[in-house]
Amino acid sequence: MQKTEIKTGSWQKFRSSAKYNDRKSRIMTRMKNLLLGIFRFIIIVGISYVILAPVIGTVSRSFFSTQDSINPMVFTIPINPTLSRYTMAIKYMDYLPILGRTILYVIGVTLLQLLTCSMVGYGFARYKFPLKKLLFAFVVIMIVVPPQTIQFPLYMSFRYFGFGTDTVNLLKSPWPMVILSAFGCGLRSGLYIYIFNQFFRGLPKEIEEAALVDGANPWYTYFGIMLPNASPAIITVAVFSIVWQYNDSFFANTFNIPSSILITRKLDTLINVIANAEKINSLRELQLYFDAGVVLVLVPVVLIYLILQRRFIEGVERSGIVG
Amino acid sequence: MTTVKRRKKLFHLSYEQRNAARGYAFILPWLIGFIVFYLGCLYQLGRFSLLDIKIDATTGSRVDTFVGFANYVEAFTAHATFKQRLTSSLIDMVIDLPMIIFFSLFVALMLNRKFKGRAVVRAIFFLPVILSADAVGSAITRASELMNAGLTAAAQEMQGGGTVSVTYYIQLFGDIALPASILDYIVGAVNRIASIIKGSGVQIILFIAALQSIPGALYEVAKIEGATAYETLWKVTIPMVMPHIITNTIYTLVDRFVTSDVVTLANETYQKYNYGLSSVFSLTSTVATCLILGLIVYLLNKRAFYYN
Repeated sequence: MQKTEIKTGSWQKFRSSAKYNDRKSRIMTRMKNLLLGIFRFIIIVGISYVILAPVIGTVSRSFFSTQDSINPMVFTIPINPTLSRYTMAIKYMDYLPILGRTILYVIGVTLLQLLTCSMVGYGFARYKFPLKKLLFAFVVIMIVVPPQTIQFPLYMSFRYFGFGTDTVNLLKSPWPMVILSAFGCGLRSGLYIYIFNQFFRGLPKEIEEAALVDGANPWYTYFGIMLPNASPAIITVAVFSIVWQYNDSFFANTFNIPSSILITRKLDTLINVIANAEKINSLRELQLYFDAGVVLVLVPVVLIYLILQRRFIEGVERSGIVG
Repeated sequence: MTTVKRRKKLFHLSYEQRNAARGYAFILPWLIGFIVFYLGCLYQLGRFSLLDIKIDATTGSRVDTFVGFANYVEAFTAHATFKQRLTSSLIDMVIDLPMIIFFSLFVALMLNRKFKGRAVVRAIFFLPVILSADAVGSAITRASELMNAGLTAAAQEMQGGGTVSVTYYIQLFGDIALPASILDYIVGAVNRIASIIKGSGVQIILFIAALQSIPGALYEVAKIEGATAYETLWKVTIPMVMPHIITNTIYTLVDRFVTSDVVTLANETYQKYNYGLSSVFSLTSTVATCLILGLIVYLLNKRAFYYN
């Protein structure tokens, strides 16, 4: 029952001291952080390259002159940069007027989406009514069953829009999209309703109770109080809607929306137009004009994204998109 | 003396009834749209799949003839590629799913930490949400193919005599007795890395939002109890993120389905004016996707969840 005392040298003494342990753990954490940082850096650079490479390639090739495009030494940085691709693309795409009309159309549709989807999301979040569960299941069905499934019936219902024999042809106009968005069935409306529903459910009920006590009617409560409080969700949905609507080709092709109000449809025909007007038949050179066109089409939407991106990501985090 | 004027009400509604009416008023626009356009179109789709639809060349009017299940029979017995393309699309969807989920969760975990330049990196990682959209997508795909061709050329140059090659590494992993099926899966995943990265932009956003919503107190408790980072990941982060994995699964499957081969086939058939057959393709592939979706969500749901 005796404790045997172990004699220790100065090194062993130091090893078992608190100071040693402290220093050891500090060095270990620093090493760990450094390794983690390097690891993260490598992965981030790799993935960013995969994402950015096509963008960089398109942008740089849009400045290539014809010489550069056939010179095998030139990979990314042009030797004789030229702006002629852009002047041509702007001229033959009728860029500015059509871009203006496109933005008007996209923003109009987005506003309709915001209005309808926020109202529906609010109705589902705050009111109790019979069949609510079933109706919300329909919203989920809208998310799960893509519009691609019902492409042909959709086409038909706008080709012969109306009742009985008294029908109008709404194709080749923006009206189908406007009508669908106003009735909450536009591009990914189901998702937007879901986002708004999740957001409004997260807001405190006391706000509305106070409004009710003060005598506000439901419409005032909604438009005057709840909607201004929903800015994170509004930003999220607005960015999604603007970007997806601008880039949409499915509805645009189905309803044959004219290229005079949708610049992405103009891009489809750009190569043929330039080939005919300028008598160019080298595919390689036409590709350069096309690249310039792609850059021109992408610039506005990337700008919108960059302006809104910080608030957008914060909005996604706060709007409870994931419920 | 004074007569109190009372507003006459036609109906007397209780508070609950009034609330229900207001609720319906709020969802009314969508309800109309859903019934007219969505349900209406789904019904039409079912009807069209039983019809043989011809557009009369001279008058431009539609001529429908009822053919029963002939279109279905044709799709499943006579059509050259439908069955193959349907199964390969479904298999691709299911294979890509875990890849995208793991990848986006991994990236979200990485981006959720604080480091220098996080804002820039986030902006880059969400770019595919904008760029992979279909209208400009084809152009971008072509550009990336060109870039990849450049990369392959560079890689071949670096290889020199060709003594080191990818097959060597594949063999190396084969030699350490990795099952061939797993090896194939990994090699396939590496081949599809660009499409996986492009397909996971929205999923990364959703996962970051999910990670942000985990209360910090849980991590503090884990730290005080002496859990390592690895244990914290499996005992705190993953269970808390589990419900969002379901959301992401639904999103991913639908997203993959929309761009899958079988939808392209339906679209091609539709452009060849073979409306009845196209309806059959759309209908069967959607039903199949929904079944797979339901099965996966059911399996995921059976795992234990924590809700706060």
